Amino acid sequence: MSSPDRLVYMANQIGTFFRSQGHDKAVPGIADHIKKFWDPRMKRAIFAHLEAGGAGLEPNVLEALTALKQTTSLPEAH
Amino acid sequence: MSLIEEIDFGTPASKSTTMVTLTIDGNEVTVPEGTSIMRAAMDAGHQIPKLCATDMVDAFGSCRLCVVEIEGRAGTPASCTTPVMNGLVVHTQSERLKKLRKGVMELYISDHPLDCLTCGANGDCELQDMAGAVGLREVRYGYEGENHVFAKTNGEINAAWMPKDESNPYFTYDPSKCIVCSRCVRACEEVQGTFALTISGRGFDSRVSPGMSESFLGSECVSCGACVQACPTATLTEKSVIEIGQPEHSVVTTCAYCGVGCAFKAEMRGEEVVRMVPYKDGKANRGHSCVKGRFAWGYTNHKERILNPMIRERIEDPWREVSWDEAFSFAAAKMRGIQKKYGRDAIGGITSSRCTNEETYLVQKLIRAGFGNNNVDTCARVCHSPTGYGLATTFGTSAGTQDFDSVEDTDVVVIIGANPASAHPVFASRLKKRLRQGAKLIVIDPRRTEMVDSPHVKALHLPLLPGTNVAVMTALAHVIVTEGLVNEAFVRERCDWSEFEEWAAFVAQPNNSPEATAILTGVDPKALREAARLYATGGNGAIYYGLGVTEHSQGSTTVIAIANLAMATGNIGRPGVGVNPLRGQNNVQGSCDMGSFPHELPGYRHIAGDAVREQFEAMWEVKLNPEPGLRIPNMFDAAIEGTFMGLYVQGEDILQSDPNTTHVVAALSAMECVIVHDLFLNETANYAHVFLPGSSFLEKDGTFTNAERRIQRVRKVMSPKNGMADWEVTIALAKAMGFEMNYSHPSEIMDEIAALTPTFAGVSYAKLDELGSVQWPCNEKAPEGTPVMHIDGFVRGKGKFVVTEYVATDERTGPRFPLLLTTGRILSQYNVGAQTRRTENVIWHAEDRLEIHPHDAEQRGVRDGDWVRLTSRAGETTLRAEITDRVSPGVVYTTFHHPDTQANVITTDYSDWATNCPEYKVTAVQISPSNGPSDWQKSYDAQARQSRRIVPAEAAE
Repeated sequence: MSSPDRLVYMANQIGTFFRSQGHDKAVPGIADHIKKFWDPRMKRAIFAHLEAGGAGLEPNVLEALTALKQTTSLPEAH
Repeated sequence: MSLIEEIDFGTPASKSTTMVTLTIDGNEVTVPEGTSIMRAAMDAGHQIPKLCATDMVDAFGSCRLCVVEIEGRAGTPASCTTPVMNGLVVHTQSERLKKLRKGVMELYISDHPLDCLTCGANGDCELQDMAGAVGLREVRYGYEGENHVFAKTNGEINAAWMPKDESNPYFTYDPSKCIVCSRCVRACEEVQGTFALTISGRGFDSRVSPGMSESFLGSECVSCGACVQACPTATLTEKSVIEIGQPEHSVVTTCAYCGVGCAFKAEMRGEEVVRMVPYKDGKANRGHSCVKGRFAWGYTNHKERILNPMIRERIEDPWREVSWDEAFSFAAAKMRGIQKKYGRDAIGGITSSRCTNEETYLVQKLIRAGFGNNNVDTCARVCHSPTGYGLATTFGTSAGTQDFDSVEDTDVVVIIGANPASAHPVFASRLKKRLRQGAKLIVIDPRRTEMVDSPHVKALHLPLLPGTNVAVMTALAHVIVTEGLVNEAFVRERCDWSEFEEWAAFVAQPNNSPEATAILTGVDPKALREAARLYATGGNGAIYYGLGVTEHSQGSTTVIAIANLAMATGNIGRPGVGVNPLRGQNNVQGSCDMGSFPHELPGYRHIAGDAVREQFEAMWEVKLNPEPGLRIPNMFDAAIEGTFMGLYVQGEDILQSDPNTTHVVAALSAMECVIVHDLFLNETANYAHVFLPGSSFLEKDGTFTNAERRIQRVRKVMSPKNGMADWEVTIALAKAMGFEMNYSHPSEIMDEIAALTPTFAGVSYAKLDELGSVQWPCNEKAPEGTPVMHIDGFVRGKGKFVVTEYVATDERTGPRFPLLLTTGRILSQYNVGAQTRRTENVIWHAEDRLEIHPHDAEQRGVRDGDWVRLTSRAGETTLRAEITDRVSPGVVYTTFHHPDTQANVITTDYSDWATNCPEYKVTAVQISPSNGPSDWQKSYDAQARQSRRIVPAEAAE
């Protein structure tokens, strides 16, 4: 998905929901949500964006994605 | 097969558990207290003659035909209005009774035409039956005197005669045949709750009068058909019966319109439908119907229905009619070619919420197992996906908690973002019945809907600004927590206490109070407090909600907030309470249950779970992809990006129904193969390469699951006009793609579903035939299904409270777009109108109109009926204005039933944070006077015309 803006927007929207639960619940909550509901190409694109600095991602979301990326092994695009 | 004759017991059943024993015609009969003698006699198999009584309405006692003798009592009481008592000895036939009844019938017939042979009700007339039953052999009074029968009497105009009213497209009113039993009037009041009919005049002048002696079409009548069903003569008769004649056999099936899931008898002559009559044993509708299910089935043989498969290389080409085989091999080659070129994940499909469970299951199976990816989604994405997320999070399963019968035990009803009177009319009628008995109603909706103010119903209305649901829900919770109205015993026993405490502390914050949030929501804090107190303390409280809750960027948050409220007040786990999503389409619940979401296998189990996935892999003999697939909006984004190039769409018009039409057009145009499987060349088909003709619900076997989780049979009453049922088409497409699925009947598909899905384990066609219907979970623990969920504990264990912070949507009003547009439905039309626009229902709603408050209209120089240009950041269209104060100043409203308006050109890409369910219900817009269609409308229309050209198949030489 070439539009990182849209994925960043969606990820931040998820982050906003979890914000009121406090940092310690929010970070795993965001990571779990993206793990469960995003298709591999969306995950690949947001991880690529993360590697490029993750511009625009809210701090909790950035932290969640960083953690998720480490535990995720995605199949090659085919 | 024969005509299913349902017994008319004459008066409604009593709910009493106290039993009473009496003797009727020498037989001892035991019935519940409160039963009429008429009903008790029928129970014992003795039919007392009757005309004004029928068990759909309360006894009235006007015709005096049902008189009986009771030992020890004087006179001849009417058996319909006389309740049973212990020890009564009743005689239903005696010399005195015979004489009385004959006299009554003689009077009736003296003012009734004797054209029985050519009468529309011939063969189905209770007046005729009763004349026979009482042995009427002569009418001593003659027919020449004062009467309602003849236009002229003795050469002079007869002022008492009235001509037929044929204004309603589906039934006629012939006053000359009316016996003024008032069954129609009472059906309109008691069953439908519209009060459109009355009896005007007295004595001999008494007439059935729609409204103030208006035509049926011109009156408040909503054409539900209850009066037609109630009529014992030919006075109110279906036009189809007049035209075709009486049916000879009937089959019980399920309506294919909304999520109420009404059971109907399809009354047939051969393979021709004569009429659809609501089935008394239908547990969702209890014998009632609305204009759509009862009458609007003519689309099934509309001239625009496509019956031959068609293909084309490019969407600019005309369609070419081909054989099924050619269509399947063309489609298969295209789809496999795309996968070869762009990768396995470059194709996907959309299951239909209008098709059967079995068909939906097959499409997701084809995608997961045949396509080899999880790019399957369904139109529930754009309606109730937040319900799935919200209720699964809080309660542990994605489903409404009650059955519709539950409303009979409800004391306080809360309706949020739904308008059942338009979108779920039969449920609305059942609800209004309860309201007339004294239950209270709270409506939370930007618009003053028909539910807010209707005959004998006055709701406490909280007219909030679109987009502020979460703020209102949290403010309700604030009142409940800070005023000490929490049901602490329930919460301590059934919910996670520490999560509750966290939630309670959050909602109690002063910034969540009704007073503090009023500036955002526009809701009067006093009214909001009153509503919160009423819901928390008024007895059984039940919440019903619709797409006004889900179709927001905080849709899932609102669902969670609703669940929080129900748990905090203990309104879960018994009849009369609960959280009830009103599902839009007939099988939205079913399509969700059947694994239509990209992340879930049937039964709401995540695709990443190894144990569950392995069961499916073993049954389907194929390895499945453990990663979730694309959701519909993600598919569109991926198409524009160039990584998603092929789509199989069954029974869904994504172009008209999905938001931001321009974006959808761009996505569809980018794809290399779009397969549309539908009854009609819908709007999506303008961008399709393969068209596979679909079959209607009358033409196939299967099951639908309604909003109460009720699984009901759909039964084939005629051969598929296109030659193949939809499930057969999917199997053939799969086969052409090299994936074999072998089923000879949909019952075998259900057996596979039951084998793989614990909540369906006990479901089979044999059981459905035996019980009529079952509500899942249906398994060893609940062999006859589960009417009420979470009785002793939540599915997830402890109920989970989740904090719901209000976050304003990014779709904001401003100087350029100062008004908020919200959308909805109207009674006579259904969804994108593909079906109802092809019926006589267009007489009620021929175009979408924009509702606008007089204040906003005046500022813009807009008069009622003027063309206006409606513009948002996404696009613009034109339609005509309707000036009304149903909407508040600052809010405008329209329906989305007509493609030439295309309300979704206006709606935006914003969506629910959790599920990507689009934010249909909030769009910032501006309105200005206009002269006619916008440039976009003109170019859209031109493209549609171009795209719909068909080159017929050449005749074989």
